[in-house]
Amino acid sequence: MDSLSMPILRDINLTIKKNEFISIVGPSGSGKSTLMHLIGLLDTPTSGRIFLDNENISQLSEERMAKLRNQKIGFVFQTFNLIPRTSALANVELPLIYAGVPDEQRKERALKMLQAMGLGERVNHFPNQLSGGEQQRVAIARALINNPSLILADEPTGNLDSKTGAQIMEILKKLKKDGNTVVLVTHDLEVAKIADRIIKIYDGKII
Amino acid sequence: MEKLFETLKLAAKTLKANKLRSSLTMLGVIIGVTSVILLVSIGSGLKSYITGQLEDLGSNLLMVMPGEMEMGSESSGSMPGAGMAAPKFTMNHQKELQAKGVNIKRVMAYTENNATLAYAGKKHITQVAGVTYEYPDIRNQKAVLGTFFNVSQQESAKKVVVLGATVAEKLFGSENPVGKKITLSESKFTVLGVLEKKGALGGNDMDNQAFIPVPTALDTFEMDYVLAFWVQAKSKEQVEPAKEEVKKILLRTLKDDEFSVIDTKGLLSMVSQILGTLTVALAGIAGISLLVGGIGIMNIMLVSVMERTKEIGLRKAIGATPKIIMTQFLIESIVLSVGGGLIGIILGFSGSVLINQFFPAIVTVWSILLAFLVSVIIGVVFGVMPAARAARLNPIQALRYE
Ligand SMILES: Nc1ncnc2c1ncn2[C@@H]1O[C@H](COP(=O)(O)OP(=O)(O)O)[C@@H](O)[C@H]1O
Ligand SMILES: [Mg+2]
Repeated sequence: MDSLSMPILRDINLTIKKNEFISIVGPSGSGKSTLMHLIGLLDTPTSGRIFLDNENISQLSEERMAKLRNQKIGFVFQTFNLIPRTSALANVELPLIYAGVPDEQRKERALKMLQAMGLGERVNHFPNQLSGGEQQRVAIARALINNPSLILADEPTGNLDSKTGAQIMEILKKLKKDGNTVVLVTHDLEVAKIADRIIKIYDGKII
Repeated sequence: MEKLFETLKLAAKTLKANKLRSSLTMLGVIIGVTSVILLVSIGSGLKSYITGQLEDLGSNLLMVMPGEMEMGSESSGSMPGAGMAAPKFTMNHQKELQAKGVNIKRVMAYTENNATLAYAGKKHITQVAGVTYEYPDIRNQKAVLGTFFNVSQQESAKKVVVLGATVAEKLFGSENPVGKKITLSESKFTVLGVLEKKGALGGNDMDNQAFIPVPTALDTFEMDYVLAFWVQAKSKEQVEPAKEEVKKILLRTLKDDEFSVIDTKGLLSMVSQILGTLTVALAGIAGISLLVGGIGIMNIMLVSVMERTKEIGLRKAIGATPKIIMTQFLIESIVLSVGGGLIGIILGFSGSVLINQFFPAIVTVWSILLAFLVSVIIGVVFGVMPAARAARLNPIQALRYE
């Protein structure tokens, strides 16, 4: 990380309130994903501070970061990132395993979450037996399973056709309605418009 | 604890998903562990067989063998030269030792030849030992049918033979052999008796021998010299003085390097030292294949970490700590090595039991424990590097990895 001295993000000043649905929009390479990784404790800033639920998360140990990711963050990725040859149910259970939730409780909660995503019939399917939209819904179920403070979705519709993409957007809107805080990262201004607030980012700066 | 169990389940699942690869990886450890156990079993079997035979000879015994032999445990590594040299012992030596040795109870000359025995069309090739009439006493083995030969039969080199139980059965079946004439190396011999069964020691049938007087053996096989003497001291305390006596008497007619006098205690310690070294050496060679198996595990684990870079990134993103990732991969490699180890133990154990039907082999507990321990250690040692590599992966880079 020291190899490149050129900063990717500069002068970022951003507050996201509870139960807010914001989108971060900007052209490819503008630093959206990097910003999302910083918020989601996957990365640490070179300088500056980030607070999550009033805790300074900019200089934490790896163990602590992993724990916070597990309990407070739910990621949804463009490429779904489900674990191959592992059932939808097991994929959704995974964060609960790392949280130390006992077996039966885990199964029950994961099952409920998949049913809520309309995947009650698909719980034992492997990712390669699911359509793109279904896979992304499994990923959303996984992001939600541990009741996170923040849901971070990085181009969640990027690999989907427009119709399935619209379904996923509806789900994100419903998440906000249910009281979740959602950050949607996209390069598409049209997609970004469904959020309550749009943050535009260009060349590492909020504009 | 819950997490560890989950990790174990996960490892089993991952390995099952790659059945062929997992079993090929295990194969290295399986072969290594199996050969360690087999070789150690054979080594220990051989050792206990040979020491058993030596102890069978009795504790007051000295052996006089041709050639020079470095004795005692202080001479490490030098192989015995005895038995290699041509013997120069005669029956006169025997008489001299018998007559002049104050500490000597008795002296038995010994020869050994393979010969064909024939009776009524049946043939049997076996070892014919030339011994003296004291043999049954020394070996504590009686004749069950007939008698052993006596002094006068020995002195006059009569063509008489006493059969071991197996030989008698092979040639005569249920017929009583006593008094029958058999052909032994083209001469007619009268069967005097049959010795009681001593049973097989390891794979070697002790009853598959025939016994004739030494002078008869010298005539029959046209030999000038006997192979060795067994000297029995009068008591345990007299073994050492007897040894000195034997040396003094033999040195009158033989050169220093033409014979060696060995007591069974020294022989025992030498044999068990040689066989012990041999066993360790064999186990060491087999251990190399274990090492290769371990490297195979490391190789596959490194490939697996590479292939699953994206998965590792994802697991970290949803809350797996470096420790959890480390444990996950470490357990996978331990399951591979211990699984291979357990299969190897089963194969090595059954193989040893099977081999023991033909050749002395004893499964030792220590070799099994060692094999198990080594396979655990291999799993840890060769799993640590790949597991640490997985644990260190940066989640962002891992997620971006294609
Ligand atoms: N691991 C990295 N090392 C160096 N530069 C990187 C790395 N990852 C991303 N970048 C650079 O950071 C900038 C922002 O990347 P990113 O946050 O992925 O943009 P976006 O998501 O808006 O397309 C880009 O210029 C990209 O090339
Ligand atoms: Mg991006």
